[in-house]
Amino acid sequence: MSFLTLRNVTKRYGSFEAVGNVTLSVEKGEFVSLLGPSGCGKTTTLQMIAGFVDVTSGTIELDGRDITRTKPNSRGLGIVFQSYALFPHMTVFDNVSFGLEMKRVPKSERAALVEEALALVHLDKHAGRYPRELSGGQRQRVALARAIVIRPPVLLLDEPLSNLDAKLREAMQFELRDIQRKVGTTTIMVTHDQAEAFSISDRVVVMESGRITQIDQPYRIYEHPETEFISRFVGKTNMLPGTVSAVGDGRATVSLAGMPADVPADGLSMGETVVLCIRPEKLRLTPAGQGRLQGRVTDRFFLGSQWLYHLDGPLGPLMAVATNDGEAPLDPGAPVGVDWPAAVVRVHRGAMPAAPELESLE
Amino acid sequence: MSSLSTDTAAPVSEKAPSPGLAQRFAPALMAGPATLLFAALVLTPLLLTFLLSFNEYEHATGRTHGFTLSHYAEVLTDGYYLEIFLRTFRVAALATAICAVIGVPEALILSRMRNPWRSVFLLVVLAPLLVSVVVRAFGWSMLLGPDGVVNMILQAVGIGRTRLLYSEGTVVVALVHIMLPFMVIPVWTSLQKLDPAVEQAALSFGASRSTTMLRVIAPQILPGILSGSLIVFGLSASAFAIPGLLGGRRLKMVATVVYDQYLGELNWPLGAAIAVILLVANLIVMLTYHHVVDGHYRKRMG
Repeated sequence: MSFLTLRNVTKRYGSFEAVGNVTLSVEKGEFVSLLGPSGCGKTTTLQMIAGFVDVTSGTIELDGRDITRTKPNSRGLGIVFQSYALFPHMTVFDNVSFGLEMKRVPKSERAALVEEALALVHLDKHAGRYPRELSGGQRQRVALARAIVIRPPVLLLDEPLSNLDAKLREAMQFELRDIQRKVGTTTIMVTHDQAEAFSISDRVVVMESGRITQIDQPYRIYEHPETEFISRFVGKTNMLPGTVSAVGDGRATVSLAGMPADVPADGLSMGETVVLCIRPEKLRLTPAGQGRLQGRVTDRFFLGSQWLYHLDGPLGPLMAVATNDGEAPLDPGAPVGVDWPAAVVRVHRGAMPAAPELESLE
Repeated sequence: MSSLSTDTAAPVSEKAPSPGLAQRFAPALMAGPATLLFAALVLTPLLLTFLLSFNEYEHATGRTHGFTLSHYAEVLTDGYYLEIFLRTFRVAALATAICAVIGVPEALILSRMRNPWRSVFLLVVLAPLLVSVVVRAFGWSMLLGPDGVVNMILQAVGIGRTRLLYSEGTVVVALVHIMLPFMVIPVWTSLQKLDPAVEQAALSFGASRSTTMLRVIAPQILPGILSGSLIVFGLSASAFAIPGLLGGRRLKMVATVVYDQYLGELNWPLGAAIAVILLVANLIVMLTYHHVVDGHYRKRMG
């Protein structure tokens, strides 16, 4: 029996379906991220869990209790808003204390709980300040402390880090995860940033046009994206169009512009059009003349720990990532061989998407 | 991923040319018309009124050019004037309070409406401003007069004919009617600046709607209520048409007394002295109020 269950949750605005048939089970103590591009319905889903948006159909259950129609102020959930939504006229202490006051926690106990929560986010020295006197990162922490101090059954985070600069965002990611582990609160986070979702979630729910397309561990989503949309949205990927030219016992052969590639059969049939997806870091660069493909370096980008190469070959442009081993990199124009282990190839059925959207919201 | 393509640094711009004459005097030129208007139409008459209030006055000869403080002494010591000043500020304070009580919820409702209704009702709120105060005052006197609609209803329900006109209550009601937009608009403006998520946050922490309103929303729209109150109080305390037309001959307020002194008694210096005292008293009340409320707010919100 899971702790928080969404069953066929749907939200319609007139004829527009913002969220369709979302079914999701979250275990107690789990950290789940809703990941998707803007307008995919992830925030609406969170708002329905919070109670700010009415559910058109379906049910939401929390700890065995149906809360689908419960008012937001009797759900008792802790929410961290994208804008932080701190009470600007209250001190940090009063902001954090507000939820306890509403829960009628005796005044004598409140102070200790507030201080404990503020210590958890390293803001115990700023209790007397007003939100306007804090930096963005500090406000974010106040919002977090304010949400966890009431010991909510579920913590909802709406793009909690999107207003922070890149470096702070990375630091807060780990801190957020750390705090969540310490407190052990079941957490649902909405984000459009795949790195954020991957680094701190137990499971990631990928949403696309109001529907869930995959629920899996971050590693699984990256390595085994179930749709071609996910493989493009999550990280970078090389897509090679081909046709199934032979189906054998458990294995099949896909012809990539005449070049055979061995893939798992997995229900493929002869003549079917498929797309092979290979992540850039799975491609191995070999000396020219070796490997499966021959190509030429068109451009290179230095990423510090890695080199990103753009290659041109018989199958069109490819991206490959090579570890920066300290040796001189390949120069643009240099001929190069490309190889990959058969196991890293993912097969998606159907033709190549017309024009790959570059909007892979990173 | 072209983030590593090195940007060639933008060439450092030459030293900016020194601003031309027109640019240097632009602020002064732009402020000019307003300054001129203010000086000619506000400061000069005010100064003349101030000087006038020290002139001597004889019933037989009228205004003379001597210097006296007797008009101030008369106004400040005579119970008759004290009563009028107290009434004026009582009426203004009451009108302000009622405007706040009606205007703040009105602004809240307005801020929650969606277009097109929001635009429609905003126009309804502002509509009274489009009709002359005099016309509206006559409207009230027709409504509340001895044979007015209200009295007809009172008679019909058996309460009987009641004298409604020429009372303090009527003046307050009419002032509220006229001043309401001046309360609604600033409160509405400050509501526009609120982050809607703040209200959701309060609700999510278990606060009831009323607690959210009192503890979270109200403190944040305080500046709007403050400026609305100041406008309404200032305009009400110096209102002339409404008390003049609905207060009648007996229920005098400061502005109507000033009028009487100028045009009835022809004692201009005394009228001027009353006007100056009204201005000063109004300023003291408003500045004190502003100091108390704004200080309270500034301490928190900066």
